[in-house]
Amino acid sequence: MAHIIAGVGSSHVPAIGAALDNNKTEEPYWKRVFSGFEKSKEWMARTKPDVAIVVYNDHASAFSVDMIPTFALGCAAEFPPADEGWGPRPVPVIKGHPELAAHIAQSVILDEFDLTIVNKMEVDHGLTVPMNLLFGQPKDEWPCRVIPLAVNVVMFPPPTGHRCYMLGKAIRKAVESYPEALRVVIFGTGGLSHQISGPRAGLINSKWDKDFLDNLSKDPKKLTRIPHVEYMREAGAEGIEMVMWLIMRGALDDKVEEVYRFYTVPASNTAVGHIILENRGKPARRRASAGRSRLAAARRKSQQVRSKGTR
Amino acid sequence: MARRPQDYDDIPGTFVFDAERSRQGYGINMFCMSLMKDENRKAFKANEAEYLKKFQLTDEQRDAILKRNYNRMLELGGNIYFTAKLGATDGHSFQHLAAVMTGSSQDDYLKMMLGGGRSIEGNRSKSGKDKAAKAKAKAKPRSKSTAKRK
Repeated sequence: MAHIIAGVGSSHVPAIGAALDNNKTEEPYWKRVFSGFEKSKEWMARTKPDVAIVVYNDHASAFSVDMIPTFALGCAAEFPPADEGWGPRPVPVIKGHPELAAHIAQSVILDEFDLTIVNKMEVDHGLTVPMNLLFGQPKDEWPCRVIPLAVNVVMFPPPTGHRCYMLGKAIRKAVESYPEALRVVIFGTGGLSHQISGPRAGLINSKWDKDFLDNLSKDPKKLTRIPHVEYMREAGAEGIEMVMWLIMRGALDDKVEEVYRFYTVPASNTAVGHIILENRGKPARRRASAGRSRLAAARRKSQQVRSKGTR
Repeated sequence: MARRPQDYDDIPGTFVFDAERSRQGYGINMFCMSLMKDENRKAFKANEAEYLKKFQLTDEQRDAILKRNYNRMLELGGNIYFTAKLGATDGHSFQHLAAVMTGSSQDDYLKMMLGGGRSIEGNRSKSGKDKAAKAKAKAKPRSKSTAKRK
């Protein structure tokens, strides 16, 4: 059985990708940003997931306004980096996991989440920047397979925070019904507060961001009740991307362990937020039968041992 | 048909790219999308008015594009991720566009960002109804605040 072992939240600011690609990581401005991900890269190197499900949004790269799918699941064998106007980013082609992706599609659609299936797609900085921040800059290939899940947060309305959270739960159920023993990490990307359009551009709301991270860790259900207008008002018109973090959170246990957090302002026009949340092996189904809960307890114990081993 | 009022119209300095604006601005955004190709960028720069004839645009939209009135493009249905491609075609950085949209110099805009960005205080609401931020997402105070390991 496959498992979701942890969730990662990370901003996906395009200028971070440009700083990497143009060797600016040692400049003081950028060093401040990248230094916040050094421990995360170590954590990822220890965690060694088989698959990463990366929830992100496309920025007028793969999808124009000809088609605007709300949730688009990448089921292809590979996803080339998109040319966003300066040539494709010099990162390895992203290798998919078509079997698990197809399994997730089959499961969540029957759970009433009507995903769009994408069998050919280029991926932009929304996906590749968080990959670099957590996996570094591998030359030839990424260390794990990736299933992209593109969410429309460009055209209003995006899916609600609650919808995102529930989709995360459906994805978890799908992953846990996959027969192969895969260790899966799920990424929620975008945000935190930023507005890049109109006369109010440049808006940052650090207090709101910190509250968001606190609740993401401890009380995510509170976040599922935030209406869209509040995201846009408090975290900026483009800050509404933060709903994508709730897909990641929904795929985790109700109680998680926050193992790392980083926050800095600014990267270009945006507040950079990052968090790592680990599952502690609670059973997915709370109302398991007696026999099942014994099994679950045994599994929990073995996972606790294993996760201690990875620290 | 006049635009229907929305709760987010109360947010100052913000044009929300909603389904209605998306419908209205299809031509602007597809024009901007076409600038992803070098040959199109060259054709546009060679004769802007002629190039724009290929897209369904109102006179107001065409005028906003030719005058590089970025806020007006947003108001008429352009989306920032698309209009940024026009800025790039002109050889401008994104922060140049941001400065133009906010009516400040690029230097002042950069300083504002380095100083922590535009404050939310005084920028929540046109009507002033939301001065006391909806702080219901507030959590218990944390003992530590920035990067750390537990």
